[in-house]
Amino acid sequence: MHIVDRRLNPGGKNLANRQRFMRRAKSLIRKAVHDSAANRSIKDADQGGEVALPTHGMHEPSFRRAAGTGIREHLLPGNKRYIEGDTIPRPEDGGGGGGSEGSPDGEGQDDFRFALSRDEFVELFLEDLELPDLAKRKVTDAEAVSWQRAGYAVSGSPANLALMRTVRNGLSRRIALKRPKADEIARLAAEIEALEADPAHDDDPAIRTRLAELRAERMRLERKLSLIPYIDPLDVRYRRFDPVPKPVAQAVMFCLMDVSGSMTEHMKDLAKRFYALLYIFLRRRYKHVDVVFIRHTHVASEVDEETFFHSPETGGTVVSTALEEMRRVVKDRYDPAVWNIYAAQASDGDNTASDNERTARMLTDDILPVCQYYAYLEVGRDAEHFPPGFMRRDSDLWQTYTAVQRSGAPLAMRKVTHRRDIYPVFRELFQKKPAGAEAGA
Amino acid sequence: MTVILRADRPLFEGADWDFPLIDRVHEAVEKVGLGELGLSIYPNQIEVISTEQMLDAYSSVGMPLFYKHWSFGKHFARNEAMYRAGMQGLAYEIVINSNPCISYIMEENTAMMQTLVIAHAAFGHNHFFRNNYLFQQWTDADGILDYLEFAKTYIAQCEERYGETAVEHLLDAAHALMSHGVHRFPRRRPADLRSEERRSRERREHEERVFNDLWRTVPGKEKAAEDKTAEERRRALLELPQENILYFLEKTAPRLQPWQREILRIVRQVAQYFYPQSQTKLMNEGCATYVHYRIMTRLHETGQLTDGAMMEFLKSHTNVVFQPEYDDPRYSGINPYALGFAMMEDISRICREPTAEDRNWFPAIAGVGDEMAVLRDVWANYRDESFVLQFLSPRLIRHFGLFNVVDDANESELRVQAIHDERGYRRIQQALARQYDVAWTAPDIQVVDVNLATDRKLILHHRALNRVLLDEKDARLVLQHLADLWGYDVVMKEIDPGTDGVLKEHAASPRAGILQAL
Repeated sequence: MHIVDRRLNPGGKNLANRQRFMRRAKSLIRKAVHDSAANRSIKDADQGGEVALPTHGMHEPSFRRAAGTGIREHLLPGNKRYIEGDTIPRPEDGGGGGGSEGSPDGEGQDDFRFALSRDEFVELFLEDLELPDLAKRKVTDAEAVSWQRAGYAVSGSPANLALMRTVRNGLSRRIALKRPKADEIARLAAEIEALEADPAHDDDPAIRTRLAELRAERMRLERKLSLIPYIDPLDVRYRRFDPVPKPVAQAVMFCLMDVSGSMTEHMKDLAKRFYALLYIFLRRRYKHVDVVFIRHTHVASEVDEETFFHSPETGGTVVSTALEEMRRVVKDRYDPAVWNIYAAQASDGDNTASDNERTARMLTDDILPVCQYYAYLEVGRDAEHFPPGFMRRDSDLWQTYTAVQRSGAPLAMRKVTHRRDIYPVFRELFQKKPAGAEAGA
Repeated sequence: MTVILRADRPLFEGADWDFPLIDRVHEAVEKVGLGELGLSIYPNQIEVISTEQMLDAYSSVGMPLFYKHWSFGKHFARNEAMYRAGMQGLAYEIVINSNPCISYIMEENTAMMQTLVIAHAAFGHNHFFRNNYLFQQWTDADGILDYLEFAKTYIAQCEERYGETAVEHLLDAAHALMSHGVHRFPRRRPADLRSEERRSRERREHEERVFNDLWRTVPGKEKAAEDKTAEERRRALLELPQENILYFLEKTAPRLQPWQREILRIVRQVAQYFYPQSQTKLMNEGCATYVHYRIMTRLHETGQLTDGAMMEFLKSHTNVVFQPEYDDPRYSGINPYALGFAMMEDISRICREPTAEDRNWFPAIAGVGDEMAVLRDVWANYRDESFVLQFLSPRLIRHFGLFNVVDDANESELRVQAIHDERGYRRIQQALARQYDVAWTAPDIQVVDVNLATDRKLILHHRALNRVLLDEKDARLVLQHLADLWGYDVVMKEIDPGTDGVLKEHAASPRAGILQAL
């Protein structure tokens, strides 16, 4: 009998099968992911998790008998009341309680829960979305360089001394040149000493010759030792670094929101969902993502997330204050040369009429030039029912921004009234587009 | 009752185990299993694995290595999800019919559980694999792991060479036909030279012995003209009718590449390897459960198991052999462990203390005394169907309250045809035996002809036993796969065996570019 401990064998034997399965079920999983994303809260929007897959999509067919045709027999245990010849009304499922005809691999279930890892989830969730072309331009223009290891050099600064490599070179050189080892010499010395200690060493010719030989040998070795250094300048190596242009791997995301009284909780919720999506998306592309929350009424201020979403505020609506605040923050902390800047503004579309022109000007002159992308999301009331034939007038801000956009600025605008629209709108904004197409609407 | 020598101290106390303990347990179990029960087994190889590895093994049909296919990923995903949700426990063990016989045991098992698993799998199943005639006839325990290794590498190479999609389509198609990729009857093996020579020598000797020159003068029949029609010749050449569809395709499908044939062959061989297991589920589990029960009881009697461990064992054992009744929400068919174990117990009771009824029903074994000899013989020479037909006793039918219900689609109600009474015993035996008979449970589908002269259409017949038709949606899908493999049109007729009338017809045409080169 053998006992084999297999626990240390590499696990995940099924990874390849799992990947094949996922590829196969991709469209189903994608749909399930989107459905499930709609139902989960923003906080864990980018966590992995379980999705329910309809089994039929992944059906493995086989020749099997259909229920409800011909004559079938069932043999069941646990008879308590029937006698031969009794009749039983046919049960709903038509199976006569028969698990006996159960399909071979338990293929009876409706759905099965399929657990996705976080990466798999996000991958599918954001599949075929990409940052607008603008971002790429910025990446290639990036001026930061990073230093990357690139082998060894024979010259360099002492700080970059490659110790291991130097010692290794030294060792091989010493072996090649047969540099005597310390213990070799010590052994010789010990032998000589032993012979010298012998009282008869002067008289015995054999010992004398031996001693002479040994002394000559020691001399030779010591000479060699002094000629062949332990570490030679030839051995010395330095770590070599090459400069590699580094793409800007950090992004900052500005969340601008109107928090005046006209923004209901529902609208804020819509905005929040959009921000959350944008955040997940940026996180996938950039190592480091900062989020700046700017809320505004007739004055604007930078706040933390909690306040941003939950603290009520009253006042008028002056959008340009928020842009002003954003410009200030950019100027103070986020140099456009090193940061990719994204901004998303959510508003119900109200603005003080006199402010529209100023807003448009600031946007065109100050904000858009430093941004990779600027998205404007106009949130409307849910359950807003308009009488048939009633045309909704475009809001002030919408009209203003349309004018800005018409001049070719990279500005994307969408209207959203229901939670279920958020994701489609988001996808629409970041859909992969053929080269050259503009990112905006 | 033999005198029981009590051991000095139990094998273990508490739940922890280590490798030396497994060794001692195996030794103790071996002593009972081989010594008292007279089992004969393949050498054991016990492998300790983790939960995740158990899930892995689950999804590749319990084999330690297997080729890659998405369907295994699907099973894995489902098992994993159900396991994580706590809806389904994992098996305590998986055992592989190979030589040496590999049993997987899980690291989480308690020491008692490991003992149970070793008794159950490494001795019970192992004995069954080694001795049952079906396994001897159909499987090659020495070669299976090597063959799987070959299959895995071969398919991986094909994937590299011809693309994952091409291989995946082929495997999909082959898997759909897997249930009809087995030989149900052993084929004649080509005789080797030595036996050929022996046979011809015997034949010659026989002719010499009975030689009588008179026969030469007797006017014989005219040598019959070659009266086989072209059609018969063709059918003979194609070995038609053929029920092993995968075999037929492998040998005759006109447009398959050699590597595609080889993959069909692999799928077919794997199906064939599992063919005996599907026919002996009841006996196999019955045998293993009976063996572990005997061994555990004996270990307890000899003081090698503590009372606590015995209690733990009994709890687990009773869970395993629990049979819910038909109106119980937990009911999902007859539990092979429950019925199998009950039948084995019943046989040993009949051997030792038969009632008058038993003597009447089982004259050959009633009261013979040595129940192990009888059981070993049963385990070696029966499969589920014949086992039930032969050994399901009236006592057990009463005990389980078995009854037979007929569901005729033409009638509005189900009818109880037999219950556990004098008139019903035989009928219940037969009905249950049929449930285990592949000839009844698997639809009888055969390739009957090919229009070689014209459009190469492949014709299949499904002889619809009791007019039970195939599930239409599935049949269409499988037929589509079949057409892809065959490369030309395929038609399947569902035939009423009573009248030979056609009940239904399905047809499919191959899809371009799925399997066949364009």
